[in-house]
Amino acid sequence: MTSGKDVRTLDAASIIKDAQKELGSSSRRLFGKRILTLGGLALLSGCDLTNDRSVNTLLRTMSSFNDDAQALLFDGHKLAPTYPESMITRPFPFNAFYDIDQVPEVDAKTWRLELTGLVKGKRVWTLGELSALPQRSQVTRHICIEGWSAIGKWGGVRFSDFLVLAGADTTAKYVALHCADNYWTSIDMPTALHPQTLLTLTYDGQVLPAKYGFPMKLRMPTKLGYKNPKHIVAITVTNEFPGGYWENQGYNWFGGS
Amino acid sequence: MNHATIHPLWVRAFHWINAAAVILMCMSGWQVYEASPVFKAIRFPAAITLGGWLGGALLWHFAVMWVLVANFVAYLALGMLTGRLRRTIFPLTLRAVATDLVAALRGKLGHSNLSEYNAVQKLAYLVVIVDIALVIVSGLTIWKPVQFPLLRTLMGGFDNARVVHFAAMGVLVGFFAIHIVMVALVPRSLLTMIRGR
Repeated sequence: MTSGKDVRTLDAASIIKDAQKELGSSSRRLFGKRILTLGGLALLSGCDLTNDRSVNTLLRTMSSFNDDAQALLFDGHKLAPTYPESMITRPFPFNAFYDIDQVPEVDAKTWRLELTGLVKGKRVWTLGELSALPQRSQVTRHICIEGWSAIGKWGGVRFSDFLVLAGADTTAKYVALHCADNYWTSIDMPTALHPQTLLTLTYDGQVLPAKYGFPMKLRMPTKLGYKNPKHIVAITVTNEFPGGYWENQGYNWFGGS
Repeated sequence: MNHATIHPLWVRAFHWINAAAVILMCMSGWQVYEASPVFKAIRFPAAITLGGWLGGALLWHFAVMWVLVANFVAYLALGMLTGRLRRTIFPLTLRAVATDLVAALRGKLGHSNLSEYNAVQKLAYLVVIVDIALVIVSGLTIWKPVQFPLLRTLMGGFDNARVVHFAAMGVLVGFFAIHIVMVALVPRSLLTMIRGR
């Protein structure tokens, strides 16, 4: 009798133990199921991620972080590779936010380059005055944010020489560039002072053609194409972040190569 | 029932973070590719891309790349420090791969012990680890061809780095497809990657 009682007690205990185990494992299973469902939902709503405001804010924050990371990686003494003239891409592709028949026609006689912001010296320049400055040329690779690249030959005035000559404050943070086609962009001062950054007046030994930015573009082989503006009419030296046409829509601001 | 841990927590964390990062990088990368396809015949429909347009896709690509790289570096470091990488992938011989591949194709490869990988599995994991490294290095070359001249030379120039990046992505997607099929054939392996045993 006593032994029978013992068996019953043991049974009850083990049943409770089993039940508890079962409960535990089923809640674990439920948890697992829920996690899988959450993952599935996240995947299903994948296309909506792009439109979510908080996601966009996070992505823009990461893009600013990438600006800082690129500024750290940027070496003002490291030169972009140069190529022999035989490697120039012919014809060099035209690219803009409009079609080639809408390229602005700039009159060389009336065109003036205007300097604004933190500049102490000469603020208005004619094409003749820029052409009279020491010229240099280089054959470099133009890399578009879209992924394609092309090699071209650009000539003009070293931008750092020009900034010093114009009495620009080279300790300022940014240089903003405004164009005749209403395009605008801006760059960091270290890139502005890079030895390969050129105030470009010629392409392949000829006066810069309209489709490549007459009368003047800023050519930087250390930055992507959209950072190399054409038809420049005004340059601002500033400490206030100027943004840019494409940058404000989502392209990374630093855009360095 | 075997209660020993097959995949320690850090391996499972790496695995799922890596899976999510790879999927997001592929989807955003395909959208970037569409702006200037390397191969005219290979295109990606909008339904499987992320970002909506080039600028949006690049925001994703340049954000998630940090997750992919940090997670991968942490995995390699822990894998080497704990000796797990060496223990689980090596020794690996061609003969063993051939034997196990034949056995697998005849449906005679055993999966009783999920804590020990067969030779084909070992090779697949080794390939995918090297491939992720290649994806990262070629991607870094495309992002910073001027700042990393050595990488640029190794990749055969800027334009070629894009081809390498694309090919490495292809290998990664191929691995992913086979990996999913294998998990479907041995569902227990999914459980072990979730709960560790």
